[in-house]
Amino acid sequence: MYEYDVIVVGAGGAGLRAAIAAHEEGADVALVTKLHPVRSHTGAAEGGINAALREGDDWELHAYDTMKGSDYLGDAPAIDTFAKDAPKEVVQLEHWGMPFSREDDGRVSQRPFGGLSFPRTTYAGAETGHHLLHTMYEQVVKRGIDVYDEWYVLDAAVTDHEDPEDRECHGVVAYDIKSGEIDGFRARNGVILATGGTGQVYDHTTNAVANTGDGPAIAYRAGVPLEDMEMVQFHPTTLPSTGVLISEGVRGEGGILYNDDKERFMFEYGYANNDGELASRDVVSRAELTEVNEGRGIEDEYVHLDMRHLGEERIIDRLENILHLAEDFEGVDGLDEPMPVKPGQHYHMGGIECDENGHTCVDGLYAAGEAACVSLHGANRLGGNALPELLVFGARAGKHAAGGDMAAARIDTGPSARSEAGEFDSPVDPGALSGSDEDVAADGGAVADPDTVLEDAVGRERERVETLLESDGINHAEVRAEVQETMTENVNVFREEGALKRALEDLKQAREDYQDVAVADPSRTFNTDLIHTIETRNVIDVAEAITIGALAREEFRGAHWRKEHQERKDDEWIKHTMLAWNGGDPDLYYKPVVLEGDEQTYEPKERSY
Amino acid sequence: MSTEPETEIEEESSAENLPQTSSHQQRRIEEKATRKSEREAAEKAQAESLEDEETYELKVFRYDPEIEGKEEPRFDTFVVPYHKGMTVLDALIYARDHYDSSLTFRHSCQQAICGSDALFVNGRQRLGCKTQLADLDDPVRIEPLPHQEVVKDLVVDMEHFYDQMEAVEPFFDPDETPDDELEEQRQSRENREKVKMSTRCIWCGACMSSCNIAAGDNQYLGPAAINKAYRFAMDEREGEDRKEERMRIVEQEHGVWRCQTQFSCTEVCPKDIPLTEHIQELKREAVKSNLKFW
Repeated sequence: MYEYDVIVVGAGGAGLRAAIAAHEEGADVALVTKLHPVRSHTGAAEGGINAALREGDDWELHAYDTMKGSDYLGDAPAIDTFAKDAPKEVVQLEHWGMPFSREDDGRVSQRPFGGLSFPRTTYAGAETGHHLLHTMYEQVVKRGIDVYDEWYVLDAAVTDHEDPEDRECHGVVAYDIKSGEIDGFRARNGVILATGGTGQVYDHTTNAVANTGDGPAIAYRAGVPLEDMEMVQFHPTTLPSTGVLISEGVRGEGGILYNDDKERFMFEYGYANNDGELASRDVVSRAELTEVNEGRGIEDEYVHLDMRHLGEERIIDRLENILHLAEDFEGVDGLDEPMPVKPGQHYHMGGIECDENGHTCVDGLYAAGEAACVSLHGANRLGGNALPELLVFGARAGKHAAGGDMAAARIDTGPSARSEAGEFDSPVDPGALSGSDEDVAADGGAVADPDTVLEDAVGRERERVETLLESDGINHAEVRAEVQETMTENVNVFREEGALKRALEDLKQAREDYQDVAVADPSRTFNTDLIHTIETRNVIDVAEAITIGALAREEFRGAHWRKEHQERKDDEWIKHTMLAWNGGDPDLYYKPVVLEGDEQTYEPKERSY
Repeated sequence: MSTEPETEIEEESSAENLPQTSSHQQRRIEEKATRKSEREAAEKAQAESLEDEETYELKVFRYDPEIEGKEEPRFDTFVVPYHKGMTVLDALIYARDHYDSSLTFRHSCQQAICGSDALFVNGRQRLGCKTQLADLDDPVRIEPLPHQEVVKDLVVDMEHFYDQMEAVEPFFDPDETPDDELEEQRQSRENREKVKMSTRCIWCGACMSSCNIAAGDNQYLGPAAINKAYRFAMDEREGEDRKEERMRIVEQEHGVWRCQTQFSCTEVCPKDIPLTEHIQELKREAVKSNLKFW
């Protein structure tokens, strides 16, 4: 067994920042991560990092933009904290050597971005995430923080008290991918889940194959509610065969979208008569899919993004990277032919419920980054706000977990924050299957000794892995494909009641089928078959939570579009959808959105740009 | 999904609270058998349809030290259906998910930024995710990176590579930073431009694997680590004292002077980093600053 003050799960931007912050508080820290840190998907972020650094800008403007962008589903204490902390976090990165793009005077450059009232997006070329990730990993190396890379965290060791708010987290159980060893990591102070996105729930995503929602699934089953899970962002321009992102910059420079009839559909069919191709992400994504659904898509799948008219010189000067992406990943020469694009899952606004200090309702269990829902982004994330989130809330979670001196959080978490019971009309019972091992009987917290709690968890996971290795059955890839297909078909950009219900039925079937999965590869050495099989269970839990949230929220807000409910309903729906695992019988409820900020109370307004 | 299973789900949910009966297990066994025959039929149909469509043949290196029949390295052949835009990584994923789930390789982002999937493809180091099948001769021979210990199939042990990267003290370490937490250091555009290419490294290890010197001298820092040292030594924000220390590191016995400018690292780098040039520039810098020769 390994023992540390703070265990950070995942080593992307949020995990690295949390580890550094905890280390600076004097804590003994370890990063436990299924990928080597520099492999993390933070590295794929292109755009930039928003922070109010300059004269003429201030944190309140950044906060206002973020609240408006969230379509009034973000919590003011989270948004205010974020906007206030972002500048010092960005300058901290600069002090750590991040190769930011520069102005003539040698200061960090900033550029305009969608939804921002001031050009406050700092960047390092079109590879901002790559540089942020490597810069922070360098600082982890400098500090000599222990990194257990290619160790896959299977579960958290949490006491089993009836009320999640009485529970305590004492560590995690992890699997050494290279050797097959399963061991416990005891956390004296806290465990921080920073596992990133959940894109593998869909079959077409800009996310990495590693983004399987492990953190949200682990927290959920440990009793932490998942918040606003229906809020998923779809990016309108991704390459069809891989999901590789084609930056908004192409449309910014004048790129045009065409359907199969060579019509400029954004205008021809009135999707956005003013902004055309430059309308917001959700509007363009819906337009593209409508074209395909009405038979005007190319190969019934995608539309064309054409930039040829910009001329070779301008394309090479400003969009060279896009030429490489289209060539390498789609075999298309963007100078010669239009590029195929379609909407792809991009970012999950929802996630593990936590407060401004990253703390969940379970003592000693934290969340940060895309896995978490503070809630900062509410119903829609602005471009350039994901990277500063990693910094601000990664640092806060790390400091708090290490026992740093911080103000008490204003955001309430856990079942006690419930304001109203929720309901959704499901054709099947979601959650654990009866008779399955998913629903471990609560012992009311009878086992309280931290080491015993962890040892018990290690024992359970060893048994689970043995069972998967020894039994005979179907390949997890079949089950994962079922989930991805139904989510993409039924819980995508367009959502309607009947389809959402079909998805719940399909997900129930996927759970049934998962009972029969087995790992064909018997090896203890680098068994990716086993890892993917365990991940697939997390994918199912996350998919179901997204679908339940989508069925429950009967309005159109931000990224969440409902066919039967075409309006934002502020009187009824300025509240978070919360889903508690509840021992395998998911419990939906609501908690209010906090609109009272530090300096002002935000008044919901129409979100128009 | 067919409608049949849905009917079964309804039955299942109505029986949710009843204890599990043997009939339930019986049903599962039957379902499993049905699925098996369906799968076999699908595979057969697929094999038949493959005859009509364009395919690629992969010859993939296989090795697992603890599995009977795999302790001796061998090549397995997989025939995969081709579609426009298909990459080597797509083909490997297809083979794994359809033919052999034990086929093992690292991959994550699928967009040439995580650096997980450097492979030896048709005799050259390449990233699987950014190599189009259409650009390769068929059959496609896929091996793990040469000159590194193979863990299993296409997975190599990266520890030595990481050790070399860490040996150059790969972190920004300025002589001083502004006291004000909101005050940036200044860096000229020219200086940022100078280090820009060196900061694009994704630690994939292709360069190290292609380097004859690294193959013969296990202690040689190698192109990636030297490039990392270059990235900091040339950054004007760090200061002269730190630069001298950095020069001492790259000038050691197994440092820059080992490079024989064969350019193999530069040729295989998937991020087009001028590695050999960076190594040469550090050599010139060393001579210029008149540091002691080893």
